[in-house]
Order: sequence, then structure tokens, then C-alpha cells
Amino acid sequence: MTGMPYLSLAIWVPIVGGLVVLATGSDRNAPLARVIALVTAIAGLLVAIPLYQGFDTTTSSMQFVELAPWIPYFNINYYLGVDGISMLFVLLNSFITVIVVIAGWEVIQQRVSQYMAAFLIMSGLMNGIFSALDGILFYVFFEASLIPMYLIIGIWGGPNRVYAAIKFFLYTLLGSLLMLVALIYLFLESGGSFNILDWHKLPLAMGVQVAVFVAFLLSFAVKVPMWPVHTWLPDAHVEAPTGGSVVLAAIALKLGAYGFLRFSLPIAPDASQAMAPLIITLSLIAVVYIGFVALVQTDMKKLVAYSSIAHMGFVTLGFFIFNPLGIEGALVQMISHGFISGAMFLCIGVLYDRVHSRNIADYGGVVNTMPKFAAFFMLFAMANAGLPGTSGFIGEFMVVLGSVQYNFWVAFAAATTLITGAAYTLWMYKRVVFGDVANDHVAELEDIGAREFAFLAVLAICVLAMGLYPKPVTDVLHTSVNELLRHVAVSKL
Amino acid sequence: MSDMQTLYLMVPLAPLAGAILAGLFGKTIGRAGSHVVTILGVAIAFVLSIVIYQDVQAGNTFNGTIYTWATSGNLKLEVGFLIDQLTVMMMLVVSFVSLMVHVYTIGYMHDDPGYQRFFSYISLFTFSMLMLVMSNNFLQLFFGWEAVGLVSYLLIGFWYTRPTAIYANMKAFLVNRVGDFGFLLGIGLVAANTGSLNYAEVFAQADQLAAKSIELFPGSPWLLITVICICLFIGAMGKSAQVPLHVWLPDSMEGPTPISALIHAATMVTAGIFMVARMSPLFELSDTALSFVLVIGATTALFMGFLGIIQNDIKRVVAYSTLSQLGYMTVALGVSAYSAAVFHLMTHAFFKALLFLGAGSVIIGMHHDQDMRNMGGLWKYMPITWITSLFGSLALIGFPFLSGFYSKDSIIEAVHFSHIPGAGYAYFCVIAGVFVTAFYSFRMYFLVFHGKERFGQPHDGHHDHHGDHEDEEVSHDHHHGLAPGQKPHESPWVVTVPLVLLAIPSVIIGFMTIEPMLMGEWFKGVIHMSEAHPVMEELASEFHGPVAMALHGFTTLPFMLAMAGVVIAWFFYMIAPGIPAAIQRIFKPIYLLLENKYFFDRFNEIFIAGGARLLGKGLWKGGDGMLIDGVAVNGTAALVGKVSRLSRLIQTGHIYQYAFVMIIGVFLLLTFWFTG
Repeated sequence: MTGMPYLSLAIWVPIVGGLVVLATGSDRNAPLARVIALVTAIAGLLVAIPLYQGFDTTTSSMQFVELAPWIPYFNINYYLGVDGISMLFVLLNSFITVIVVIAGWEVIQQRVSQYMAAFLIMSGLMNGIFSALDGILFYVFFEASLIPMYLIIGIWGGPNRVYAAIKFFLYTLLGSLLMLVALIYLFLESGGSFNILDWHKLPLAMGVQVAVFVAFLLSFAVKVPMWPVHTWLPDAHVEAPTGGSVVLAAIALKLGAYGFLRFSLPIAPDASQAMAPLIITLSLIAVVYIGFVALVQTDMKKLVAYSSIAHMGFVTLGFFIFNPLGIEGALVQMISHGFISGAMFLCIGVLYDRVHSRNIADYGGVVNTMPKFAAFFMLFAMANAGLPGTSGFIGEFMVVLGSVQYNFWVAFAAATTLITGAAYTLWMYKRVVFGDVANDHVAELEDIGAREFAFLAVLAICVLAMGLYPKPVTDVLHTSVNELLRHVAVSKL
Repeated sequence: MSDMQTLYLMVPLAPLAGAILAGLFGKTIGRAGSHVVTILGVAIAFVLSIVIYQDVQAGNTFNGTIYTWATSGNLKLEVGFLIDQLTVMMMLVVSFVSLMVHVYTIGYMHDDPGYQRFFSYISLFTFSMLMLVMSNNFLQLFFGWEAVGLVSYLLIGFWYTRPTAIYANMKAFLVNRVGDFGFLLGIGLVAANTGSLNYAEVFAQADQLAAKSIELFPGSPWLLITVICICLFIGAMGKSAQVPLHVWLPDSMEGPTPISALIHAATMVTAGIFMVARMSPLFELSDTALSFVLVIGATTALFMGFLGIIQNDIKRVVAYSTLSQLGYMTVALGVSAYSAAVFHLMTHAFFKALLFLGAGSVIIGMHHDQDMRNMGGLWKYMPITWITSLFGSLALIGFPFLSGFYSKDSIIEAVHFSHIPGAGYAYFCVIAGVFVTAFYSFRMYFLVFHGKERFGQPHDGHHDHHGDHEDEEVSHDHHHGLAPGQKPHESPWVVTVPLVLLAIPSVIIGFMTIEPMLMGEWFKGVIHMSEAHPVMEELASEFHGPVAMALHGFTTLPFMLAMAGVVIAWFFYMIAPGIPAAIQRIFKPIYLLLENKYFFDRFNEIFIAGGARLLGKGLWKGGDGMLIDGVAVNGTAALVGKVSRLSRLIQTGHIYQYAFVMIIGVFLLLTFWFTG
């Protein structure tokens, strides 16, 4: 491992690049803004790749650690590091940013520099969230990342964007306020440390653990989002521009889930165990209930948004059954969902750009005019339905296997996604893609161009490669997940 | 990697390469290029299967890992091959039938714009199916299982502009998913209780599994092995179309005929049978599960056969016959005659593929008219199709010396010897099924090949609906039928050669292989039969060679019933065509029951599909909309709004009001101060 501060680079390259893009100013310089944005995004991905190459899978301790005092008076540090749980998300996030920049290349014609800058800055902030090891640093990144997303929805969004943006902002902000209280409490309790790893070792009484757990839960549950605090997501997705939906689904939802593993489980292990039945119940409701809700959606984006909630239900379920299959399956599901949901929203974006409707009823027979697109869309739809050979299968398979160990009926409820997931995805696909050409709009559709082909193909390769050979991903997880499970099994009381 | 391992690997990869080439570069390599590469791929798979078969016969079996897919905790998820007698038999059947269908497709899909795509799909199917049968573990089994389901989905919906086709393919996928749901839970139970997904490791722990119990409902413990086997069998019920998960198979006939032969008759639908035979070390430990299997199979065998009687679409007759025959195989599994099930699977693959391809040839000759009421007398115009179909039909009804006789008779005898609960019912079903099979098979045969030539007439009264969808007949992509005066013609050689090549094994394969496969040691160590279920031993003790068995076959009840079926079919449809119509009138309720296929589809559409949509709407509008957003979210927002409206009343912005309030405050404070 060289001494290069890769994590800092992964955070600041996009942010600084984003500021440069912003400086290009008005839409007269849009071509320049696009090029700088793409260069920055690719640079951001390139500096993240050494994290995988240099990663030591044999240790569960933090790697690529950077530590510098930030606000010494409160003992707040610029403290970064990744382990097997967080490293892959930095990569995923940097990767998705490149896709999003390419996807917004022609579609966005207004305030181009600001649009690109918002995504780049958000990308840096999210890398910060995944690598922060200081509570306050985490909180700052966590909250700051709301702002670009708020702007993306509020400025480039659909007709009802202001309602959606405010709903998104308030929902998530209110959720995280209690987290701040918890962070400050932990600071005081630990004798003046914001070091998350110190908190992991901090003994806490059961009552305190429960309080801390609940405070974190409210914050993270909104982000995931878990039932019943999920209703902001469909609204946000529907109004967000395609790129916003992609980042929202692929990365933003993962922040909450990641928080459970970084904070809730290790800091309050006893409370986590005690509250597990509640979380599992909420997760199963997300899988089953939301599966049915997704079935009857008439708006494609809403449908995929609901499907995201159901898939994230699998993630929280996997975390709280406390076995390696569950947690690793959940983490794999998070990565895979990043690819698949991103791809699904991009596919819907491709259609929306042409027809300007997300209504399923406005389509039909798209395959006749867009065969290449239909093939990609089929692959991603099947991945969304968890078909083996695609990345969507692995996480679901592992979590179901893990839940059988925990309880047969939990697995039973979770496995219904095999049916509902296929039903809502394929029914949508049938109505949109198959059949005779339904109307003049569909008849005039042009198949995807080179740029669209490129980003869909890259995602398709990711989905298939991971589905056929997930070992490179799961190998990264093992040591950290096992250490986490060992840690959670030891009582802090 | 040894030489043999390379061969094993090439068997599935050759068709995969063909599929990728035809699929991605179909435009570049053209139509001929596409069928050449895919046929080459499948031919390689078939030739290598023969090589591997000889190697296995020499005693070289294999069980090993190709690569580790992933690991988690102590559980290893791997991709690997198990090459033994059962595998290699399946490999031969799959690659041979697939090869025949590939060649046949050149003729059948000749004018279709999706030519390359079709070849890509069927090669992809061959790859998936081979991965399924060659697997040495549950993960890869599930992979192949779902992958064949995917290709089946793509192929049923191959003519994607037809509403019935895209309805049927989604239905097929979803019904199969219901089966897979059970299958996945079964796999989960295996993994949770043995810590492994590898067949050999799991089977080694079968006895420990049998000792465990699981409390599904408080206070009622179940044998774990029973739960596992039933869960796994639910998967088989989906894939092998057993009642009540059979509803997708008749509709799957919306796909082009070559895939009906390959996927929905010969290979994919038998995956469930294969799987249970593979799992015989587990199923043998649970009589409850076996009884369950038996009853489901027997019900399918008889009651699906009845439905074949009233179909007028030539493909649907064969489809219901497939359902019924799958029922026979399942019955064999239920009575622990796994080898008989697999034997029937093999013979059935040949003669049913033959019948389907023959039906396809008829459809070509009839210019894509599938209604048997418009046929008749085709023997004169399509001699090869006629003769081969006759052999196929005779094999199907179990005419002695033909392949179907050996396999079906073995099943019937095995059921006869069995004593597990449900065997009596099953025996009745399989015996009655023989008559039904013969009747519908020869009804079809006579209607198509003999009697009055009814084609080339203006269509009039024949459009009362038959099957699910009223518009079925007109919906076919290039459905025209023969114009008045036009005559059917024999199909080109690419169609008839596969028919002949399939007719040969349909006739002789049973005679040749019954001795080693059923009575000999071929499956020893591969298929496990517990001492409590000695049906195969009893069967072997009465076996005195294939010739004696066939000769004896002429004197048995099944033969009489089959002949009765043929004769009655001949009488009804050749001599006195008024009788069926009269019967239909007299037994109206029964006819309606059959016509509506026991109302399974109606039930599913109204209660399952409709119920799911209703539930979804209710949860969405009621749960998300009214309760969460209406009460909780917007309610909170409204509350905040109300509070702020109230507080806004105070903040008027007029200084004199603030001053006034301040003065009152000061006044009140002073009052407290002085009075306190």
C-alpha cells in the first residue's frame, strides 16, 4: 500500500472538479462543462480503483486510514478509513457518477454546469459518508449530501418537483436530527471522543442502547427507506430527473443501510438483538406489502421505486438475522441493486426522453421500434426479478438461505418476492415492450444511440459479470462481516 | 484439468457459444450463418455426450467443482459437474432432441423474420438444460432451473405482437415462479440443516436429516425430511406442470412448434422428474412426501388426459397428452420406481418430440392452420409425416414392442406392487389413463390423417372457441390455412429427416434399453431405493426379457384398454361422427367442466391475479395513501401548519401591537412581583 490518500482523493476530486464545472458558468459553456464533468467523474473512478486493488481481505481493521485534527477543541477529526463493508460502496458510487454524467449528456440542456456540478459534489460527499470514521464528519457529509439531491429534484425535476423536494428534504432531515443527539450523547459518554471505532467498544446499559438504537433507527430507516417511512421515495423518484433517480436508488438508499452496520449493530449490539424481531417484521412488510403495491402502479418510475423499497427490505432483513449469509447477502444485494435499479431508471429515462411520459398505458409494442433497447430492458427486468446469472439473484438467494436458518416462516415471507418481484416487473415489461405498436408515439420511436448503448452495455456487463462470478465481491466482505458478527454476539452489558 | 473434464465443460459451452454468436452477431453472420453455428454447437454437445457415455459405461464417473461461485460463512457456493449414469442419459436425450429440433427449425421457421433470434434462444436453452442436468449441487441446479424458465418465457412469447403469446409467457413464468418459491425454500432447508449444497455431501447426511423434525406450527412437529421433499417437489410441480401448477403448459403452445417439442414436451418439463430422481436418497426417507408425489402425479395423469379428448387444436391435444404423461412419470417417482420414471422420461422425449414435430409438419402442410376439424385425409399428401406420426402415436399408447410400451407398462406394474398410501388410487388412474390416452391419441390421428378431406373449404361454423382465448385461431402470426382447392404438401427434408430420426428411437429404444436401465445395474449407486419400497426388485423378478414382456403385454388389461380406446376413437370419428356430438349434448355439465379445464384458469384469474391486484390497490391507496401519507405525513405537516398559523396571528408586524403586549406583560410581571 502506498501512502497515497486515496480516500481523500475519492472525496475531493469530484468536489473540486464539481466546483470547476460550476465555474464554467452559463449554458454558453455547456460543452466545456460536460467535458470537465466527464473527466472529473472518470478521474474520481480511477482514484477509487486502487482501493480495491490494494485492499487486504485478510484483516477486518480499517484500511487506507487518514487521520488529521479538524476541530481540536471538540476532538473532532478528519478521520477516514474503509473496511470490507464500506470499500465497495466508494467504488460503486464513483462508478455510478460516471454513468450519470454520460446519461445527462444530451438530456440536460438547461443549467448544465450546475447540474453536473451537483452530481459531482454529491458523489464526493457520499464517498465521504462511506469512509468517515468520525461521528461529526459522518454527520456533516450525511446532511450535506441532502442539499445537492434537494436541488437536483427541485430544479431539474418534474411538474410536482417542489412538493417532492421538500418532502424528501424534511423527511430525511427530521430523521437525522435524533441521530445528532445520539452522536453528542456518545461523545459525552465516551469521555470526549467522536471516534466511531471507540464507540464500538463503549459499554452501554440496555436502556441507553435502546435509546441510541432508536435514534439511529429513525434516521437510517427513512433513508433506506423502511416501511412505514418510505412514502417520500416514490414521490421523489417520480419528480427527479433520470440522473437523480439513478443516484437516489443506486447510492442514496444505501446510506441508511450502511449506517445500520457502521453504527447501530456495533454500538448497540444488545439492543440490536432485542429489536431484531421488530426490524425483521418491518422488512418483511416491505417485501410483501410493497410487492403488492408495486404490482398496481401505473407509473413506471413509481413501480421501480416501490420495487426498490422491496429490495431494500431484503437488505435490512439480511442484517438482522445475524448470520454471515444474511449480512453478506444483504451487502451483495446493495451493490447489485445499485446496478439494477440504476439501469432500470436509465431505461425508463430512455423512454421518457422520447415520449415524455412515464405512464405504462402510454406505451406498448416498444420492441417493434426499439429492439436493442428491448433486449437491454429485458435483461435488467429479469435481473430485477432476481434471475440466476444476474447480480439480482445472489443477494436474494443468500438472504433467503440465511433466513431459513433463522426461521422458516421468515424465509417463507421473504421468498414471496420470487413471485411478486417477477409479477410486477414482467407485467410492466409486457405492457410496455411487447405487443403491437400501441400508438403513434411508439411507432416513431428511434432505437438507442451509441451513447445510450454504451451506458446500458456497461451496466449489463456489470450485472452479468457479478451474477456469474460474485466471488471477487464476496471475498472482500468476509473478514469484516465475520468480525462484525463476532462483535455483535458479545454483550456490552 | 483432465481431458475428460475439458470435454464435460465443452458440452454446455458449445451450444452457449452458438447462442451468443447467433444472438449478438446474427445480423452479421446471416440466417445460414446462424443456423450453422448453433447446429454445430449442439452437434458438438451431442457427439461429446456420446463420448462421455462410453466413458461412463467404462466406469468413469466424475464429481467435481469447476469454480467457486461465492462463499459465505462455511457454505460454499460452487459450480460443478456430476457425471454419472443418470446425467449422461439426460445429456444424450437433451442434446439429441435438441439437435433434431435445430435441424427441423430450418424448415419450420424458414420465413420468420426472427430466424436468428430463434436459433440463439434454442441454443441458449440447450446450454441451460445441460447445466441443469450436469450439476453436482443445488445452486447450479437452481441456476439451470430458472434459466430454462427464462428461455421458455422468451420462446413462448417469441411472436411478441400476439396478445395471447405474451399473456401465455408471463403466465408460464409466474406459475413456474410459484414452484420455484417452494423449491428455493427446500434448498434453503437443505443448506440450513446440512451446511452444504453439494449433492454428495447432502446425501451423506440424509440419515441425520431424517432424524430431525421441524415445528412449522407450534405444537405440531413435522419430519424435516418430509418438509424438504415436499418443498423441493413443489418446484418440480411448477416445472413439470403437475396439478395445480399445470395451467401454464397448455398455453405455452402459443410458442412456435419446435420449442413445444423441445422445451414443453421432451426436455424442460421433465426437469422436475429428473430432479426428484436425482434426490431419491432424500425422497426415499419420507413416505409422506412420496404419497404426496404419487397422488399429485396420478391426478395429473388421468384428469389432464380427459382434457385432451375435447381439444380441436392439434398442438393442444399433444400438450394435454404431455401433461398426462408427466403425470405417469410423477406416479413412478411416488412409488419409488425412479428408474422407471426416468426410463419413461427418455422414451417419452423421443416419441413426444416426434409427435410435436409431426404436428408441426402438419401445420406447415396446412399453411398454419392448427384446427383438426379442417384436416382429414392427410396421409395421402404427407406420407412421411403420416407414418412417423403413426409410430409416435402407437408408442404413446403403449403398443407392445414400441418404446412407450416398455416404459408405461413398467410404471403400471410398479404402481401395482406398491403399498404406500395412495397407491390404489394411483393404480386406478394410470389404468384408466391408458384408455384415455389411446382414445385422444387416435382421435387426433384419425381426424388428421384419415377420413374426409375437410381442408381447403371456406371457414364457417368452426369458430366456436376452444382453449383459453377466443381469438386464438386468428391470432397466429401467419395464420391463413389452405385456400379453397389448395392441397397440403409434404414438408421439406429438413423437417422430415428429424421425424424419421426420432421415429427410430421411438420404436426401438425401449426394447433395447429396458434390460440394463430398469432391471440391470445401470442406475445402481445413482438412484437410491430403500428396502421399504422394493417395487423395482419385484418388477425385476417378473421380468424375462423384453420379448417375453412384449408378448405378455398383448394379454394384459392395459393392452385391452388401449385397443378399446383406438377402436372407439375409430368408430366415433370415422364411422359415426354423430356420436361425439350426441355425447356432448347428453353430458353437458361434464363437457362444460372439461371445456373450462376444471375452471383452474378462471379461478386463478379471478382470485389469484385479481386478488393480488385488489390487495395491491388497497395497500397502495389505503395504506400508503390514506394512512401513512394522509394521516401521518401530511397530518404532521398540517399540524405544523396549524400551529404556525396560530403563531402567525401573534406576529402581525405592527409595532404598536407588540408594544401593547409588552406593556401587558410588564404589568402582569409587576403584579406578580408585588402581590407575591
